[in-house]
Amino acid sequence: MSSSNNLARRASALGPGLAVLCVLLALVAFLSVTLGSRSIGLPEVLRALGNLDTDGSINSTVTLELRVPRTLLGILVGAALGVAGAILQGVTRNPLADAGIMGINSGAAVFVVFAVTVLGVRGAGVYVWFAFAGAIAALVLVYAIASLGREGATPIKLALAGVAVTAGLASVTTGIVMTNVETLNELRFWQVGSLAGRYAPVLTGVAPFLIVGLIASLGFGRALNGLALGEDMARGLGQQVTRTRAAAFGVVAVLAGAATAACGPIVFVGLVVPHVARFICGPDYRWILPYSMFLSPIVLLLADVLGRVVVVPDELQVGVVLGVLGAPAFVGIVRYGRLSEV
Amino acid sequence: MKTTTTVAPQVATAGAFRATRRRRTSRSLVVTCSLAVAVCALFVLTMMVGSFQLSAGEVIASVLQLREDPSVDFVVRGLRLPTAASALAVGLALGAAGTIFQQLLRNPLASPDFVGINSGAGLAAITGIVLLQVSGVAVSALALAGAVAAALLMYVLAWRDGVAGYRFILIGIGATLFFDGLIGYMLTRAQLSDARQAMHWLTGSVGQADASELRLLLGALLLLLPTAVLLQRQLRALELGDDTARALGIRTELSRAGLLATAVVLTALAVAVAGPIVFVALVAGPIANRLLGPATGGIIPAALVGAALLLTADLIAVHLLPTALPTGVVTGAVGAPYLLWLLATTNRQGAGG
Repeated sequence: MSSSNNLARRASALGPGLAVLCVLLALVAFLSVTLGSRSIGLPEVLRALGNLDTDGSINSTVTLELRVPRTLLGILVGAALGVAGAILQGVTRNPLADAGIMGINSGAAVFVVFAVTVLGVRGAGVYVWFAFAGAIAALVLVYAIASLGREGATPIKLALAGVAVTAGLASVTTGIVMTNVETLNELRFWQVGSLAGRYAPVLTGVAPFLIVGLIASLGFGRALNGLALGEDMARGLGQQVTRTRAAAFGVVAVLAGAATAACGPIVFVGLVVPHVARFICGPDYRWILPYSMFLSPIVLLLADVLGRVVVVPDELQVGVVLGVLGAPAFVGIVRYGRLSEV
Repeated sequence: MKTTTTVAPQVATAGAFRATRRRRTSRSLVVTCSLAVAVCALFVLTMMVGSFQLSAGEVIASVLQLREDPSVDFVVRGLRLPTAASALAVGLALGAAGTIFQQLLRNPLASPDFVGINSGAGLAAITGIVLLQVSGVAVSALALAGAVAAALLMYVLAWRDGVAGYRFILIGIGATLFFDGLIGYMLTRAQLSDARQAMHWLTGSVGQADASELRLLLGALLLLLPTAVLLQRQLRALELGDDTARALGIRTELSRAGLLATAVVLTALAVAVAGPIVFVALVAGPIANRLLGPATGGIIPAALVGAALLLTADLIAVHLLPTALPTGVVTGAVGAPYLLWLLATTNRQGAGG
């Protein structure tokens, strides 16, 4: 009885908590629009935002055509990575499942290199689609390999299959890149996850996928709660386990694939944020999913802003900032986290 | 062995047991000898082929300094011997280190390429190439330092009342991601020519060996391979699990640390000589085990398989492909399908990670 009371109390506190996160996200988004290597006064930013049209000055152009799309992309991509991580961890019942660890980036990189060398494609707006396809292919491959055999996809098998597929695909990528300097030049900038330089065309390209994926993902809460009880129990409760799992993987592939295609490899957000969300809301995925959806963009945008302010006038890509901050968090999860309780 | 005879005191059983053991020993001897012969043949073959064809006799005579022939000596000793010797030494080191890691961490997929050591070496070397503009020996020295530092860091991070295999692996994977992120950042900071040099180094190639490091690696092999074999007994006891090993009177943590250190030094030197060549360390042990049958786990056979693999990969990379590529590209492209097969079969037996 007391535990159900506890749950009820928790749920009543979680709703307002979500509202607080909304406000925080708005604040961080505001910071992301106002801070940058070019110092633009607050009144000018507000005027540009109010008019929603450039008045021809450089400052308003920077604000509206660079910083606003960048911030919007950060919000969408962050939300997508966080939710994709949460769903992956729920479906695989694996605390270390993460699109980045599962080799999604190497698949995308192979396809990008293929597009540049063989098809002669140029420009971030175009090879988004190749990265998208490659990311999905790699994700499916790694999960298929890891789930062979009778214990299914254990944490170690998933992680190792991801690393191994990454290594294999990376050597293919390198083989092509070594013979073609121009491709190397394109690849090395794509390979570091970044929100910079990905503006309106990229945003409008991937936004529909991300928005549809995010909306669809919210419907998985109940199914994931069922799966958390174990496959047999879920089946006993009348769930179509195989179908649920396939649908969830489809959503993850769309979310993580589109996010990686837009920004390049960004690791650790999808891994660490769902753990934070689980820490706040307990094991109920109906709350974990929305919390991940709001927490992740906050983390991503903060890292992006940090990367812009730390080394003015240069900037540190968000992927690097997150790599440096995320690794200690990962180590903490491995050392102290209760890995089996997912 | 005494325990077995007390459990089954019949003379016949003991005799059968002894016969099995004899068969196992002789099989392992035969396999090791034929592997050694194969490696020698490949070693000579690598030096025979090329734009200037040589016969096996000429190569052997020149290497052993039996005959003076300036043009042959120049090609063999000056050009081909360093590459062939580095392929041999790096292959031996990676094969031995790989099988030690796999047995120590009790996971067929835990090879030094995947648990952060190569990435640590890579990050240190790339930092040297891009930021400090160094090349040659300095890059190798940095790689060596990076590999050792990465291994130490992971050991410390994974330490919590001893080092559990799975924790070491997962921390290693986390470290790999971390180092790879920083390597990517370094590559974007570099001039295009530096970036190309860095990528070449990152792929790993036996052709880039430097004479002094090669000598260091060969010396280390002479010292460390026998050490590793001597520690083999304890390695086998560790395979039974920590409690059993402790019951057999082995100070588990000490021998584990000693073995890990041996493997790490071998890997670090190999990476310093040839760059991070993937998959050789991963596949050498399992292939050797297939050949050995029941007498699994030999370090020397695994080292020999590693050498044979790397010599073959070098032959393919330099002579069979239309453009000469770094050796690491070949080992990666060949290793990936093998790995998938390994995952599929070990998992079916329920023995996979």
